[in-house]
Amino acid sequence: MSPRVVFPNKILPYLLVAPQLAITLVFFYWPASQALRQSMLREDPFGLSSKFVWFDNFKKVLSDPNYLNSIQVTAIFSISVAAVAMGTALLLAVMAEKVVRSRGLYRTLMIWPYAVAPAIAGMLWLFLFNPSIGSLAYGLRWLGINWDPLLDGSQAMALVVAAASWKQISYNFLFFVAGLQAIPKTLIEAAAIDGAKPFKRFWTIVFPLLAPTTFFLLVVNTVYAFFDTFGIIHAVTGGGPGKATETLVYKVYNDGFVNLILGDSAAQSVILMIIVIALTAIQFRYVEKKVHYG
Amino acid sequence: MKTLGFAAGVAATITLLSSTSAFAVTEISWWHAMTGANNEVVNQLSDEFNKSQSDYKIVPVFKGTYPETLNAGIAAFRAKQPPAIMQVFDAGTGTMMGAEGAIKPVAEILSMGGQAFDKSQYLPGIVAYYSKPDGTMLSFPYNSSSPILYYNKDIFQKAGLDVDNPPKTWDQVWDAAKKIKSSGAAPCGFTSTWLSWIHTENFAAWNNLSYGTNENGIGGTDVELKINAPAFVKHFQELADLAKDGTFKYGGRTSEAKQIFLAGECGIFTESSGGLGDIVKSGMNYGTGQLPYEADAAGAPQNTIPGGASLWVFAGLPEEQYKGVAAFFNFLSQTPIQARLHQVSGYLPVTLAAYEETKKSGFYDKNPAREIPIKQMMGKAPTENSKGVRLVNLPQVRDIENEELEKMLAGQQTAQQALDNTVARGNKAIQEAIGN
Repeated sequence: MSPRVVFPNKILPYLLVAPQLAITLVFFYWPASQALRQSMLREDPFGLSSKFVWFDNFKKVLSDPNYLNSIQVTAIFSISVAAVAMGTALLLAVMAEKVVRSRGLYRTLMIWPYAVAPAIAGMLWLFLFNPSIGSLAYGLRWLGINWDPLLDGSQAMALVVAAASWKQISYNFLFFVAGLQAIPKTLIEAAAIDGAKPFKRFWTIVFPLLAPTTFFLLVVNTVYAFFDTFGIIHAVTGGGPGKATETLVYKVYNDGFVNLILGDSAAQSVILMIIVIALTAIQFRYVEKKVHYG
Repeated sequence: MKTLGFAAGVAATITLLSSTSAFAVTEISWWHAMTGANNEVVNQLSDEFNKSQSDYKIVPVFKGTYPETLNAGIAAFRAKQPPAIMQVFDAGTGTMMGAEGAIKPVAEILSMGGQAFDKSQYLPGIVAYYSKPDGTMLSFPYNSSSPILYYNKDIFQKAGLDVDNPPKTWDQVWDAAKKIKSSGAAPCGFTSTWLSWIHTENFAAWNNLSYGTNENGIGGTDVELKINAPAFVKHFQELADLAKDGTFKYGGRTSEAKQIFLAGECGIFTESSGGLGDIVKSGMNYGTGQLPYEADAAGAPQNTIPGGASLWVFAGLPEEQYKGVAAFFNFLSQTPIQARLHQVSGYLPVTLAAYEETKKSGFYDKNPAREIPIKQMMGKAPTENSKGVRLVNLPQVRDIENEELEKMLAGQQTAQQALDNTVARGNKAIQEAIGN
């Protein structure tokens, strides 16, 4: 238990948290309450007529097969992004540890993509894999793959997963490198003396000791895949082909800002808010207990 | 935004210094979605208008893509700070018309400028599209276009096709496309932008087929889609079959296919007449023709319908602003300005006088492609199938069409299934949008 700080003054602690509270109120509670209100209204885009419908919008959204499809798309997308981004980053971090010369240069190059804005990253991948002008698309076709993400849903999904993961690898890499450095070399050396091979050493010593980092990154990556990938999807596929890459967040945007169905869109964002609260609670309550903090 | 504000500030200061009457200047904001060369035209027009008189000042503001501009305008209206003029794309027309309390009909505004508004001076096909069922013109047509056929003459030559006679019917297009592919003149025969606008909405009008009940929505908001009729199924099944071996290549939901045509990958291309500029710029040896029609459709070709955008004016503004807007629209309607706009930008002229003047100047002899969309729209008096398509939620219905057609082109469903699904989903969406 961390020691409790006792303030002699009764008002001071409230004053100290007031700025944070004010920010949370203005940027979270107020918009969230607006979303909640909007989610129970049925309104025309201009707000000229509006009707209070209780939970009708939620009923409508939850019985919409397109929404269920969107949940599935989001699950596939988030799991893939988290797995690819974290797996690749871990591999690169372990490899970079082995580099003796110009380690700093390697690391800098690895961290670079993180500075790229999502929409730009999306455009970059879009051009590389554009069926008619993309250089990598030519390569794929040369390999005999019928590359057409404009019509092939799984290829489009692979493309957005790749673009989204690529952007997140740097961030994960940074944390894994830090995590690896925190592991005492003596442990690994002792295991080596006992005759453990590199893979065994990694699996039984390094990986468990990295668990806090991995857990932290799992949360961050899931949240990233849920919310921060809108720009990439918007730039690369626009949710298509069909509805193959329409994630929950993209659907909120599409229904609200393209199709102007504000009630549905608000109901969806409220559901999204509930999902995130639940996800975070589960992760911290149950998964964190199983993580070994060394 | 900061730079814009700064620039506006500087401009205002200069105006203040240069003339004393500037104190009475009424600013009129114009939100638009024009990029590149078209953005320059917007700025130039505003500039010319501002210099032509000293009572009003048009302030153009770029607001992003068409849907982004529409959303910005709607959000601004809800926040009670709308711009005076907003450019809205064709598919957003139904949304604006549905918002009766939010907009002020342009016909009303034009007569506030002191001049009586004479509708007969304007191109009927375009005006009809932007008018209420009772004939009141609601918005000012700014940039109108219509789909036409483009072809690559070099590819035609290589494939042994007649370079001077582009295909006229869809059957001829398919034959030519197959020949281009099989002769190896190009990897693909045919591509098209906007399957929703060109191959569904314009396909219906051009072949005099019904897109939906209630005159495609012109007569009222309660519309039942009719686009799973046999003629549509036949057309899309042909496209789907050609897509299997790559004779038809899909480019995307909006204008993406233009890149495919410009890259010389496909020989034949259907696209908006407004897309001519980029093709001219690319230096391609191109030809143009009318939009193809179905040979066995009775009365085809009928007439095509306009796309592009028009200028809407919000309700609840001070009287002074409306007078300024009227002055600006009258300025835009002047024959020399319309003729120049038409010749420079490739948009259709809004007034008949501008069309006549351009014709007299011999412009079309040198640029026949510029006259094709006008002839397509003016050839015959529009029928109930060809006045246009107006749905409260046309962008959403277009999305549904695109989703189902993409599944069809990927081989997951037949044209019949795709169009049946589109109609079922579209009808449901329309009913929800009109509040049932």
